[in-house]
Amino acid sequence: MTHDIQVTVNGAARVVSCAPDTPLLDVLRHDLGLTGPRFGCGAGLCGACFVLVDGEPRSSCDLPIGAAAGHEVTTVEGLAAGNLLHPVQQAVLDEQAAQCGYCTAGMIVSAVALLRSSPAPTEAEARAALDGNLCRCGSHPRVIRAVLRAAAAGGGGD
Amino acid sequence: MTDALPPALAANPHLADWLGFSASGVVTVRPGKVEYGQGLWTALAQIAAEELDVRLDQVRIAPVSTGASPDEGVTSGSRSIQDCGGALRWVCAQARAALLAAAAARLEAAPDALTVRAGDVHTADGATGLSYWSLGAAMRPALLARAAAPGAPAKPPGRWSVAGRSVPRIDLPDKVTGRPRFLADLMLPGMLFGRVVRPPAVGATLDSAPAPPPGLVAQVRDGSFLAVIAESDRVAVTAARRLARAARWTVRDTLPDERDLKGFLLAAPAQVQPVVARRDPAAAARVTRRLHAEFSRPFIAHASMAPSCAIARWDGDRVTVWSHSQGIFALRGALATGLGLDPARITVHYVEGAGVYGHNAADDAAADAVLLARAVPGRPVRVLWSREDELGWGPAGPAMLARLSAGLDAAGRIQTWRHDVWSNGFLGRPGTGGEPRLLALSHVAGGAPIPPALDGPPSGAMGATRNAVPGYHIPDLEVTRHRLLAMPIRTSSLRSLGAFLNVFAIESFMDELAAAAGADPLAFRLAHLTDPRARRVIGEAAALAGWASRSRAAGTGWGLGYARYKGQAGYGAAVAEVAADTAVSLRRLWLAVDVGRVINPDGVISQVEGGAIQSASWALREQVRFDRTRITSVTWDSYPILRFTEVPEVAVRIVAAPDEPEAGAGELAQGPVAAAIGNAVADAVGVRVRDLPLTTGQVTRAIEAG
Repeated sequence: MTHDIQVTVNGAARVVSCAPDTPLLDVLRHDLGLTGPRFGCGAGLCGACFVLVDGEPRSSCDLPIGAAAGHEVTTVEGLAAGNLLHPVQQAVLDEQAAQCGYCTAGMIVSAVALLRSSPAPTEAEARAALDGNLCRCGSHPRVIRAVLRAAAAGGGGD
Repeated sequence: MTDALPPALAANPHLADWLGFSASGVVTVRPGKVEYGQGLWTALAQIAAEELDVRLDQVRIAPVSTGASPDEGVTSGSRSIQDCGGALRWVCAQARAALLAAAAARLEAAPDALTVRAGDVHTADGATGLSYWSLGAAMRPALLARAAAPGAPAKPPGRWSVAGRSVPRIDLPDKVTGRPRFLADLMLPGMLFGRVVRPPAVGATLDSAPAPPPGLVAQVRDGSFLAVIAESDRVAVTAARRLARAARWTVRDTLPDERDLKGFLLAAPAQVQPVVARRDPAAAARVTRRLHAEFSRPFIAHASMAPSCAIARWDGDRVTVWSHSQGIFALRGALATGLGLDPARITVHYVEGAGVYGHNAADDAAADAVLLARAVPGRPVRVLWSREDELGWGPAGPAMLARLSAGLDAAGRIQTWRHDVWSNGFLGRPGTGGEPRLLALSHVAGGAPIPPALDGPPSGAMGATRNAVPGYHIPDLEVTRHRLLAMPIRTSSLRSLGAFLNVFAIESFMDELAAAAGADPLAFRLAHLTDPRARRVIGEAAALAGWASRSRAAGTGWGLGYARYKGQAGYGAAVAEVAADTAVSLRRLWLAVDVGRVINPDGVISQVEGGAIQSASWALREQVRFDRTRITSVTWDSYPILRFTEVPEVAVRIVAAPDEPEAGAGELAQGPVAAAIGNAVADAVGVRVRDLPLTTGQVTRAIEAG
């Protein structure tokens, strides 16, 4: 059964017509044209589809759009301020912290959430915060360095 | 530099195959090798910028397509910088020489009085107003239509200013902002969405499928190939799930006993072939002590982060495919063979997917898409695999067994060495041996099972025998391949091919021999190595790690591993530090590599780091699980890979060798890292664990058997 569902995405109120059990990821990619969150597993186990929901990182592939209704969703596309990259995005570039980059957006989302709650994390805290994000290329050490670099640059203060 | 044309250029000799100049100040470079996260296109842009004397940001890399790109074969084997980069270097050097000649004629100056800066021709007095861009149109027939000639004046590395330096990857800005870049991001007008309902087991056949539910564009059944097509992916997913529940299949036991992989490998029919047989009776007579050991690895999944995806459109007698295949030309050929089409009527466009580590399911997804597109002519159909199908139906890296024995003389030197390796083949890509080898074509009516993978000539090191021949000085040496002729679990190439297990086996065994000889593992290796580049990377890795002053604390172990990839490519040495009782925690890895001339040092380091971590994940965690009918490790819970909290710190040092040819960096870490970890575990727990992965269960079994 299709409903009109309102959800706030990257600061803008959007209305989509779909069944309430449609995964948020599917709505973001297919209805709203946002390609940053990516399909990896469909079960919330890999982090490729992570978005912020009311500031908390979570998988969008297994979150029904009905449950996201009325909440604030932020994707990687909503992090930059115009042409100015978010400090975490900039740090990922500075550290060249990606190979294929398929899961990079999900990792950036996790790191942004970490730095908002913990602006000066230890390396162990950074690793723990990213543990829900899988990487097959082996970019992990660079990603950790990027998170710590973003923290040093004040990345939690956005 | 030799005067022979690089192979890729000899096959595609016209400069216009590779280069184009636009009046707007951009040079378009057209490689036949593809980018999948390894940083290739950045390195190619550096090579082009260097030889053309243009800025890096004046170089564009053209999309790769069978209709427009030179056929450079499959992007694999750590050969792209040598093959594609080598061709581009000659092409660009020749284009630059032609620009200077054309400019000299117009200016009535000597070519060697001219230089090129950012694409503009300069004299000692400054810019001349002539450039690639201004002369491009005039040059095209005169210059770019010509065939490459041997002897192009490429710059010596000592004069490089763009190549040889770390530069940021040209593809990463899109990837940190989420801009569409991947195949799954591509939305074509009028596109439909297909989902395939795979059989519930490897050898299952479809008995009956229900009628399609309303709301579908089409349901496709051909033999045991079953799929749905819908106007949206969400409708297709839902319909495919319903169909999977309602379809009736006959399931058969076709898979071996997972608990007895060695028994399966040893009992399966096999072709036995010598790889090396170098007998030295005098050396054999000096043996005073013999050691034997057996090492194994399970089937390993590619486990790329993105499930495979493809788009196809069938227009009349033309088929267009968008694929993240590593080998779009081979895919075109296999589709033509398998579907009885004229390859000239098929175009395959490459679009990036997630990371590629060998032959994954990309080609299979392309075949799915073509079969579905045939059912709805004129409209593009996208097929996206599920995570479960990706892990369950993509080709696996084969399980392997290596049985080693060696003889030491009284002085502790190796005199004899035997290495027998049992494995399915690694060559299972589309078109290998003239067979399509596409999953869906094995399920359609009349489709035959995919034949066992090939493995190349036994001495070619193209498959299971990659790095089976040790690089050490051993007088009496015999290496034998046992290629399995039955393939219950589909196998194909996975990063480093047989080198992962062979180097793990050889380097583990070297530590066992060193212990038997009462020697330090480092000194024992050096005593059997004469190649100065080999000795240097081992020494550098040991120095980087602080091997000589390593901790001897209880529960801590250190290990070393070395190999020259393929026996003839890049040199790699690794040191691992673990904390281990029965559970293994990998703390740190140090690597030194010599890959000859380096185009992008940070790119090399990134590839080596990534290879090291992936190898660690294989060595510590990974095994394809199965019962007698199907693969069961089809989620990230049942196929765990190393996570952020588990990955080690990794330090990489490049050992400079600017006068040596490029040797490839993508695969050389796999073997040495696995060996270093295995040796570190043995050092920590006092017992050798010879069967991968080094899980708590395997370590416990080894201790109990100890």
